[in-house]
Amino acid sequence: MSKDESGALARFGVTDREIEQALGRVKVSAVDYADLYFEYCQSESVSMEEGIVKRATKSIGQGVGVRATAGEKTGFAYSDELTAKDLNIAADTARYIANSAQGTAPVPVTHRPVPVRNLYPHDRATIEVATSDRVTLLNAIDAEARRYDPRIKNVMAAYNTEYKVMLVATSDGLMVGDIQPLSRLQVTCIAEENGNRQVGTFGGGGRIGLEYFQNDQRYLHFAREAAREAILNLSAVDAPAGVMPVVLGGGWPGILLHEAIGHGLEADFNRKKTSAFSNLLGKKVASEVCTIVDDGTLRFRRGSLNVDDEGTPTSRTVLIDKGILRGYITDKLNARLMGIPVTGNGRRESYQSVVLPRMTNTFMLAGESDPQDIIKSVKKGLYAVSFGGGQVDITNGKFVFSASEAYLIEDGKITRPVKGATLIGAGPDILKQVSMVGHDLKLDEGIGTCGKEGQSVPVGVGLPTIRIDEITVGGTKASS
Amino acid sequence: MTRMIGEQDYTNVAKDLLARASKQGATAADVMVADGETLSVQVRMGAVDRLTKAREKRLGLRVFFGQRSASASTSDFSRDSLGRFVEETCALAQAVVEDPVSGLPESGQLATDFPDLQIHDPTTLQTDEQIALALRAERAAFAADSRITNSEGGECDSSSGRIILANSHGFLGQYANSSFSLSVSPIASDAAGMQRDYWYGVNRSFAKLDSPEAIGQEATRRTVRKLGARKVATCRVPVIFDPEVAGSLLSHLCSALSGYALYKGASFLIGQLGRQIAPNFVTIYDDGRMPGGLGTRPFDGEGLPTRKQAVVERGRLTSYLLDTYSGKKLGLPSTGNAARSIGESPSAGPTNFYMVPGTTRPEDMLASVKQGLYVTDLIGFGINMVTGDYSRGASGFWIVNGELAYPVEEITIASNLKEMYSTIDTIGSDLVFRGRIASPTVKIAEMMVAGN
Repeated sequence: MSKDESGALARFGVTDREIEQALGRVKVSAVDYADLYFEYCQSESVSMEEGIVKRATKSIGQGVGVRATAGEKTGFAYSDELTAKDLNIAADTARYIANSAQGTAPVPVTHRPVPVRNLYPHDRATIEVATSDRVTLLNAIDAEARRYDPRIKNVMAAYNTEYKVMLVATSDGLMVGDIQPLSRLQVTCIAEENGNRQVGTFGGGGRIGLEYFQNDQRYLHFAREAAREAILNLSAVDAPAGVMPVVLGGGWPGILLHEAIGHGLEADFNRKKTSAFSNLLGKKVASEVCTIVDDGTLRFRRGSLNVDDEGTPTSRTVLIDKGILRGYITDKLNARLMGIPVTGNGRRESYQSVVLPRMTNTFMLAGESDPQDIIKSVKKGLYAVSFGGGQVDITNGKFVFSASEAYLIEDGKITRPVKGATLIGAGPDILKQVSMVGHDLKLDEGIGTCGKEGQSVPVGVGLPTIRIDEITVGGTKASS
Repeated sequence: MTRMIGEQDYTNVAKDLLARASKQGATAADVMVADGETLSVQVRMGAVDRLTKAREKRLGLRVFFGQRSASASTSDFSRDSLGRFVEETCALAQAVVEDPVSGLPESGQLATDFPDLQIHDPTTLQTDEQIALALRAERAAFAADSRITNSEGGECDSSSGRIILANSHGFLGQYANSSFSLSVSPIASDAAGMQRDYWYGVNRSFAKLDSPEAIGQEATRRTVRKLGARKVATCRVPVIFDPEVAGSLLSHLCSALSGYALYKGASFLIGQLGRQIAPNFVTIYDDGRMPGGLGTRPFDGEGLPTRKQAVVERGRLTSYLLDTYSGKKLGLPSTGNAARSIGESPSAGPTNFYMVPGTTRPEDMLASVKQGLYVTDLIGFGINMVTGDYSRGASGFWIVNGELAYPVEEITIASNLKEMYSTIDTIGSDLVFRGRIASPTVKIAEMMVAGN
């Protein structure tokens, strides 16, 4: 945290005493836990299309969310005004669930101003890049993509940054702040040949600044990758339909883990016993080659946080150890109700939303197989290396995710590219189908956004090359 | 709530911002201000689970310096902050490249009539009333079938808000709206596992909201019928979309007809205006002035009057969805479909968008299928808007000899949207508005179903 914003209180114009009084007002004896979450967030976006950088937007938001939990109940109010009066109104509203008169004794809080470790030290100037620098970057991307192949007919690119300052004060007596930068560069190319139009995309980023994209001219690599995918898809054939072996490439295909098991291991669904994974703790839910973790402590990663939105330092949680389900990811409310450890996964989109247990960076640890051998092992199947979005039904465990770059495997060799197909499976079963795990663990480029109960938070995923023996591929072509 | 709406006069804030932008040298500008309040109540297993209450406000400013433009938004309305905000927005505009097509709409096009469209109901619900409604809906769901063993809860939300739009042509328009919703999501279980579904009601008028009992019972009916779902073998069959999922086919159509997708070359319907894209019994309207509609508003995100227009008439594509900018890019006038998020430049989207119902009853549509799929749920994002390629996770029921034989899950349906629209086989008679986009039951002649 940089000096001028340490504690971040000056930014919010609220005194310690006002915070302690508001906490006291809400934390009556019937309330188990309460917190105040202050947030200032400035985001900027510059975008380019048709060769010109024509749009620039900026958004500034600040406010406070006040939350009280009592048993399983949560009371929550938020305000975009930060006066003592607004704090107290919000505190009274949040306390409504406790059915109790306001508390009078302030709750003392101790500053813990600097996170013990800073996973994303930054210079504010590199986050809030001058618009002209963004323009230069986007223009170069346009030129590079068009240079890659004349069949690239349009290039759309956007450079988005977010600079978020948060401060949480809790009835545990804790006050901790963090500055959470976030940048993302996204490139989309449209290729056209004889009336056939196809799209390719590539993006990435993290809790980093402009220099990340400038290093080794990484932004040009983004342009080439988006162009390559679009050109490749010009020659794609119809995807097969039916059950077959599928090899997933490393990195972003880890979205499989996020959808198939990650959501199902969020503590709230398991406390309510609405997850297909309820009551499976200690049971075998994957093959022995699968070990899966959620890790919020990786430096500069999109899904990483110094502390979660309840002030708990993030950690590395083993979800599945050699196929056995070991743990859930928790926030304070669900950890307390279930009597299990707090893992530092309490996250919220903004001061306007309640805390939920959410993933950070979720990935499978590297195995021992050679990725080449994994592909060679498949006689007839699909090799999928890039994906669009995915979704899961927590209760019956069915999940889908859709390939944006995939190939047929024929006799152990990667052959023709195929059009996007959706893969569908059942969370508690699919990882039992994983028979080979590569030694090539790769984390994604930093593009993931996870939605839950209408709240979006940045996340990461990762995967080595893996072989899934059987999964349903939703193409249009009946297999012969 | 009504008291809150009238409490602050943000029209002066809007006018002040326009004056400040002009002083900074902006040649044109527009301002949108939104404020509102919401009360959301969630109950679960007969007890309050979560209460959320908030009041919020936000304003967005778009400035033009000749043909350079930028947009910004803030929730901080203090005088000093707004001064800095206008300066920063103006600086941002001067940093981007000139775009010859940019600009406000012509002043002669702006809305001049603001009829009462019945989109604001001043009813104020107390917290305890909302709790009671949500509890009743959940209780009705449990009472309807003993196989309902758990619940993701019931929810009752109320909100009201106001939109103000002002621009440097002297346009100043405002309207208030409200929304009341009630939903419940029961979970049924049997030896094979759990299934979840939900049902809901949403209306601008509280009096017109469905009863909690009706919502709870329908949620349970939809949930228990999924128990025992299985996979089916991969095959090509007729597919019937129930009204909820048929609406998603119209959403994709809206995305493909957005002027922005079209001029960027990112739509599978490029160049189709005036062409036949569906059979001649298909007619689709966009109606921004439907009384009480969830997509109803007197003027669009640029201040142009909304209207009712045929988008597809007897199968022929008769209109795109355009705002001023995307219209100019395509050489067409705006269709009054500017959508606007505070602080963003406009985009183009639907208002109330619906397919005109046919005359066939849904049960007769089922009866027409010997072997096929009746889809009730779709998941995933397997839609390529550039090519129209479509592949999504599905669940629903297998149709055998005209009847729903058994529930199915863990399958996908795939085709191409262009082909799906052109092979619509029958449209049901059952159109009900539950959102801005509404469809009756739709039967597609054939799609690929992938399963075992």
